[in-house]
Amino acid sequence: MFQFSLGLPARSRYLWRVTAKPRPTDESAEIRLPEPFVRWFATKGWAPRAHQMELLAQAQAGQSVLLIAPTGAGKTLAGFLPTLTELAERPKRRPGEGHRGIHTLYISPLKALAVDIERNLGKPVEEIGLPVTIETRTGDTPAHKRQRQKLVPPDILLTTPEQLALLIAASDARRFFEDLRYVIFDELHSLVTSKRGHLLALGLARLRTFVPDLRAIGLSATVAEPDELRRWLVSQNPLHHAPPSGLPAISPSRGEIRPTLAPPSIADGRERVAPRKLLISPLEGEMAGRLEGGVSASPAKDDRLAGLITVAGGAKPDISILDSRERVPWAGHSARYAIAEIYEAIRQHKTTLLFVNTRSQAELLFQELWRANEDALPIALHHGSLDVGQRRRVEKAMADNALRAIVATSTLDLGIDWGDVDLVVHVGAPKGASRLAQRIGRANHRMDEPSKAVLIPANRFEVLECRAALDANYIGAQDTPPLLDGALDVLAQHILGTACAAPFDADLLYEEVTSAAPYAGLDRQTFDRVVDFVATGGYALKSYERYARIRRTREGLWRVTHPRIAQQYRLNIGTIVEMPELNVRYVRQGRVAGYGGRVLGKVEEYFAETLRPGDNFLFAGKVLRFEGIRENECIVSGGGGKTQIIVPSYAGGKFPLSTYLADQVRAMLADPDRWHTLPEQVEDWLRLQREKSVLPMRGDLLVETFPRADRHYMVAYPFEGRLAHQTLGMLLTRRLERANARPLGFVATDYSLAVWGLDDMGALFAAGKPSLGALFDEDMLGDDLEAWLNDSWMLKRMFRTCAVIAGLIEKRFPGQEKTGRQVTVSADLIYDVLRSHEPDHILLQATRADAAAGLLDVSRLADMLSRIRGRIVHKRLDQISPLAVPVMLEIGKESVNGEANETLLMEAADLVEEAMGAGLAGGSR
Amino acid sequence: MNLAIRTTAILPADLVTVAGERAVCDPRGVLYFPELSLLAVSDLHLEKGSSLARRGALIPPYDTAATLARLQAVIADYAPRIVISLGDSFHDGEGASRLHDDFRERLEQLMAGRDWFWIAGNHDPDAPADLPGETVRELAVASLVFRHEPSKGQAGGEVAGHLHPCARIVQRGRSVRRRCFAGDGSRMIMPAFGAYTGSLNVLDRAYAGLFNRESLVAYMMGKDRIFALPGAMLRAG
Repeated sequence: MFQFSLGLPARSRYLWRVTAKPRPTDESAEIRLPEPFVRWFATKGWAPRAHQMELLAQAQAGQSVLLIAPTGAGKTLAGFLPTLTELAERPKRRPGEGHRGIHTLYISPLKALAVDIERNLGKPVEEIGLPVTIETRTGDTPAHKRQRQKLVPPDILLTTPEQLALLIAASDARRFFEDLRYVIFDELHSLVTSKRGHLLALGLARLRTFVPDLRAIGLSATVAEPDELRRWLVSQNPLHHAPPSGLPAISPSRGEIRPTLAPPSIADGRERVAPRKLLISPLEGEMAGRLEGGVSASPAKDDRLAGLITVAGGAKPDISILDSRERVPWAGHSARYAIAEIYEAIRQHKTTLLFVNTRSQAELLFQELWRANEDALPIALHHGSLDVGQRRRVEKAMADNALRAIVATSTLDLGIDWGDVDLVVHVGAPKGASRLAQRIGRANHRMDEPSKAVLIPANRFEVLECRAALDANYIGAQDTPPLLDGALDVLAQHILGTACAAPFDADLLYEEVTSAAPYAGLDRQTFDRVVDFVATGGYALKSYERYARIRRTREGLWRVTHPRIAQQYRLNIGTIVEMPELNVRYVRQGRVAGYGGRVLGKVEEYFAETLRPGDNFLFAGKVLRFEGIRENECIVSGGGGKTQIIVPSYAGGKFPLSTYLADQVRAMLADPDRWHTLPEQVEDWLRLQREKSVLPMRGDLLVETFPRADRHYMVAYPFEGRLAHQTLGMLLTRRLERANARPLGFVATDYSLAVWGLDDMGALFAAGKPSLGALFDEDMLGDDLEAWLNDSWMLKRMFRTCAVIAGLIEKRFPGQEKTGRQVTVSADLIYDVLRSHEPDHILLQATRADAAAGLLDVSRLADMLSRIRGRIVHKRLDQISPLAVPVMLEIGKESVNGEANETLLMEAADLVEEAMGAGLAGGSR
Repeated sequence: MNLAIRTTAILPADLVTVAGERAVCDPRGVLYFPELSLLAVSDLHLEKGSSLARRGALIPPYDTAATLARLQAVIADYAPRIVISLGDSFHDGEGASRLHDDFRERLEQLMAGRDWFWIAGNHDPDAPADLPGETVRELAVASLVFRHEPSKGQAGGEVAGHLHPCARIVQRGRSVRRRCFAGDGSRMIMPAFGAYTGSLNVLDRAYAGLFNRESLVAYMMGKDRIFALPGAMLRAG
């Protein structure tokens, strides 16, 4: 297999793959499949698929493997086949022999998925007649069952990343996992992109320390860079498993000495040969081979890469963009204009899955659909803030084919088995080509039949974006985000967890940690600082030595100082830090004081705080009347009436436009020959823009300036996504202010950015005061960014997350909120104090790294600024241009953000002063 | 995201009256009575960081430094003859004995040349170890009484702390919460000054019966000025 890029910018993540060297398929017959399996496949009238046999072969050869396959390709069975065949041939347990440990660990991002797999795997196991026990272990597993699992472990344990972290932090961890042969990661592409993935990678490294020849199997949807996942699955540090000075590994839990299972060390610099046993892989000696049915495979030629098996997508999905009879709006995200057409599509299909990008959009769309639902079709709503019970009911109804349509957010993105969906409607732009492909994959679980999907752009720019995504989907382009370096707050959590299990040696732990792909580049000094942080907070002022959480013993091992530390650790495990939320409890109107009533789900605290009793808001598909806040609950009753209905907004959940799609949209704008694929009204819009202003070349940045009413505007079109634009907006306004251009504010969308002010910025730019080149100079990412960042509420929010993950402050639990505020110290206060006294503290470093990568998208902004250097096209206009309309419509629509609190206070105080005179503030001024 | 940018001249600190005594309500969280040359500050909670560290929460040990630096700034500005620390000056009874020598020296320098009163608080009922100043339960000056916990019911001329008041308003659909001075003309409850102190909404039931609701004003602390907002505009929670 080889790869070549398509001559796109070097940083583009778009790669095209071609498989070379076909391999005769009959060789797969050499792979050993135990007799009961052969019989089972025969009774089913099936044949094992090529990728299933290939995976078996590679795993049997002792290799870790990544399987990339579309939904419906039999991925799960493939992943478990090595386990099941091995267990089938395992000798029966002799009387008196102790219980065997876990043989295979399966880890999925969702509890629901683990439960689903238990059901789906149980069936073949039973039919083949295998003596295999399968159990789940999640947050919902009762304590007595967990305890029993520790004593009598199942052969296969299905669990989540958080549970794995808990298991390896237990004092019996090494013994519990000593029989482990396989670990299977499902939906690996979605696990690896977050801090959850970092914690999981560290967990895998720990497991490899327990069991050096452990084989990892990753199951994934198509990604842009499979090698990143291949590295993730195997050790990146050749030193890691080398037993010290040729001594046999000692299993301390039982005190017995057993020969090491570690593959030969490559400490002497020679290339290590992947250990192979029993059967020679049919691929031996070849780089890659093509198997039947679009399957290609390459064994690991490098021992820092897992083997790779790729199954090409099944039938091409049938995707179209809605060419609406109605006028596509300039701006907005509701797609309300297309409701009649969406409803018609639902009527014409058996089951329709409607995806939206945010929970607010889900609520709105659901409401609009029911308004149009003349036939009273069963249409349901599913998003992450709804009560779990409600979500399970919807999922079950869907699996039973009792629903005609489900409005859902990304909570339904992952591979749960969903009845017979025959249409996917994507409302709003997909934001990424790979995201779109994965969502459409939901439509049909039989890979050989085409999925059918309709994209509904909510505004005109989204038409362009949908078109770009559709083209990308057609050619199979992938734009999954690149993996990030391991976060230091996660590492701190893992180090404390390691100490909770047993005292550790820092040298050995460093080797282990750097064997995990996300931490492969971690330097020893940083690692030691994190250990120091875990021990005493890592402050330059060494005043907490006597309160240390872990301390070095005389033997040089780091040991937990108090059992309480381990208890606290277990309560605070994990990397998912929620914003403070309130339960939404439904009561009879006016009955705030009473108890009882149904919980509908959760809203974020800051939203509930903006409501007044009597306000109506949309939640869980209902119009609710806000009654009040009681402890940690938001009390509501049935709403209605003529008052305005508010839609809750949720932090996060808004994905920025992918770099790949952004580039495609710019390309489309620059190329009038491609406009005919767009709806006529959109084509007209672009044509008009070309007449009245200009359309930028693909690599250029267009900046328009024009007056309107008594203000002057500057609109720039970087197409780099809302996050990067917000950061850019903050920095530009700072600079304009310094240049005395008197900016008043800005607004950012995924596509463009508008700044307004009192002075004619066009004239200033023309006179070079400042020039646009200077205004957009990359140096804005230096001091300006630093200065702004430090005061940013976004950074404070991220600091809180880091502080919780790193174990500096504890998670908030329901019911604790009220008292919590007074007893503990808020993360904001800690941030302020730490920043002014020790700005280089490791936790601030971790926070800044998060900010640069995530919320602020600084790296993307940096790429953009370097790309457009010398390529800024300035167009001075007398009036607003057609392309500027969408962003101009956003002005004043979105609420003012955290930074402007001071302004809001001033406004409120001014109002009071205006109404009541200046007397109030002074009493006697 | 929308951001309105507005520049305003910094207003002088607001003047208020408590039972007829004029005071400057300083946005940094202190109350200064010019006629009495008296500065009141409340709930310093010094050594809260080390207090929590003893229980395993290793939050940065810089709160005492931060609090003292701010205190130093206001004392330098007003140069008061009398300073009253309204209780909970230390987060716990041993706080003063944990005080780093540098901080002890800084504190002593601040105290030098003026009358310094430690009001006993619930966190620090006894006199702070090895520090000058006089420790009292409450202190009467002119028409005012300074004490840590506000007394129940109507009390003319009281300045207290303990409750860590904050206030919240909603403007343009956004919630803004700030620490505040809470007063109704006859009683003033001061915001907590310490770097690690949290706050409690003035509409919470802990404040029940303390204020005449009609004349309650929350003096919310802005970056450079105080925003005076009447009780009717405030929100609970």
